[in-house]
Amino acid sequence: MSDDEEEIILRDLNDEELVAQMQDDLYDGLRDEVFEGVEILLERKWDPNAILSDALVEGMRIVGIDFRDGILFVPEVLQCASAMKGGMGLLRPLLAASEHAASTGKYVIGTVKGDIHDIGKNLVGMMLEGAGFEVIDLGINNPVENYLEAIDKHKPDILGMSALLTTTMPYMGVVIEELDKRGILKELPVMVGGAPLNQEFADAINAHTYGRDAAMSAELAKTIIGRNR
Amino acid sequence: MGSKECHKCLIIACGAIAAEIVKLQRQQFLFNEAITLKCLPADYHNTPQKIAPAIEKILMEQRDKYDVVLVGYGDCGTGGRLDAVLEKYDATRLPGAHCYEFFAGAQLFEDMIEEELGSFFVTDYLVRFFDRLVIEGLGLDRYPHLCEIYFANYKRVVYLAQEENPVLVKKAQAAAHVLGLQFHYRKVGYGDLGNTFKSLPLKASGVANVSG
Ligand code: B12
Repeated sequence: MSDDEEEIILRDLNDEELVAQMQDDLYDGLRDEVFEGVEILLERKWDPNAILSDALVEGMRIVGIDFRDGILFVPEVLQCASAMKGGMGLLRPLLAASEHAASTGKYVIGTVKGDIHDIGKNLVGMMLEGAGFEVIDLGINNPVENYLEAIDKHKPDILGMSALLTTTMPYMGVVIEELDKRGILKELPVMVGGAPLNQEFADAINAHTYGRDAAMSAELAKTIIGRNR
Repeated sequence: MGSKECHKCLIIACGAIAAEIVKLQRQQFLFNEAITLKCLPADYHNTPQKIAPAIEKILMEQRDKYDVVLVGYGDCGTGGRLDAVLEKYDATRLPGAHCYEFFAGAQLFEDMIEEELGSFFVTDYLVRFFDRLVIEGLGLDRYPHLCEIYFANYKRVVYLAQEENPVLVKKAQAAAHVLGLQFHYRKVGYGDLGNTFKSLPLKASGVANVSG
């Protein structure tokens, strides 16, 4: 019965209250509630892009801040991500069909060779999608050949690499060097991220941009595209 | 520092290897008074950004009181921040990226990763406290369905055992089962932790000095 009760409450809210409630529900990792919020806003003829940015992306941005500040932990963030994914699943086909379908840009992303951590990378991918990027996810454990092949095939605007291990971080440098050798680096901005990285490391390996968290990375990616167009 | 007969040594270690350090200390009959052991919480594993500042705080307050400082950590995901602190205070840490590597030794660890990248490693400590550190640490007690998200890329649990202990082997097997992974057992002992200990500039005492 409780589902029904909550349904009544959500529908009773005006748009502004509903969006705020959806951000709260996303924060609490309530997948069903977030999904329902998206449904209601769609019924109220909201633009799918606005639902995505105002309710979901904004909600996830707040989650990211509290994760960074140690208020939320990895399991909670995963719950939030799952709630956002649910809502996005509903919006994706509508976004693809809408007039604004033209993507912000193409973004190839993957975890580097020897590393199979992928939670952070997946979050970044999701926020990039939320920012309108077409995201090509190469998954985990990618040797330089995979990146080269994907660059060749998809002609991305940005390449992103993720590493969570001290032992795999240096491999990002290997990939960047190879891109440089092939003359690709001057055309293709490379973004790097992962918990053990910092700005100094990114500078040392000649990366274009270091992304500390998912929301910031999506913003930085948009800025790069803006600058290059 | 001069030529003291017995150097005063401070060991700052991750709680996850404290029991092993005490054991090695006893095995090698080292003066208990010569060594001071300070432990930091093992759950810093999940928040590595806390490691370097916590160690720096201890060093800032106490470095002067000791001749030698050994830090019982690998890089442990500090991305070089720990090394920067240690250099500042003339302290050394264990070799390798993390405890799995220094227990197994770099070569064996690399071989096992080569054999199966999807390996999740556990030590005696991690087996003993599997529920607290892995199940609760990753929130699997609250959200069991996250298990699939965490471990989708994994094939096996590799138990790098310090001591031979059938009870722990059983527990490790059960842990692998809970995670839905295969099980692989390998007795590796203390690896580089033992070697580092042997090389500490401390004088061994007689057996009689070892207290319980
Ligand atoms: C969750 C986790 C795991 C999960 C991984 C699940 C998965 N599918 O990814 C599990 C439990 C399976 C795991 C396994 C291991 N792990 Co682990 N793991 C972690 C932990 C606790 C959190 C990582 C995480 O997901 N964070 C959450 C996300 C949201 O944050 P994030 O990854 O940093 O990503 C954000 C930013 O960095 C950035 N970002 C990330 N990628 C990118 C990419 C781009 C392009 C951009 C722009 C931005 C960006 O944006 C993200 C979103 O905000 C870290 C410790 C830590 N707190 O960092 C250890 C840690 C990374 N693991 C570690 C270790 C040692 C291991 C194991 C070896 C342990 C073992 N017992 O076997 C294995 C790996 C084995 C192997 N074969 O490689 C160590 C690494 C130590 C080192 N010296 O490098 C760490 C640091 C823990 C520690 N202190 O020792 N791990």
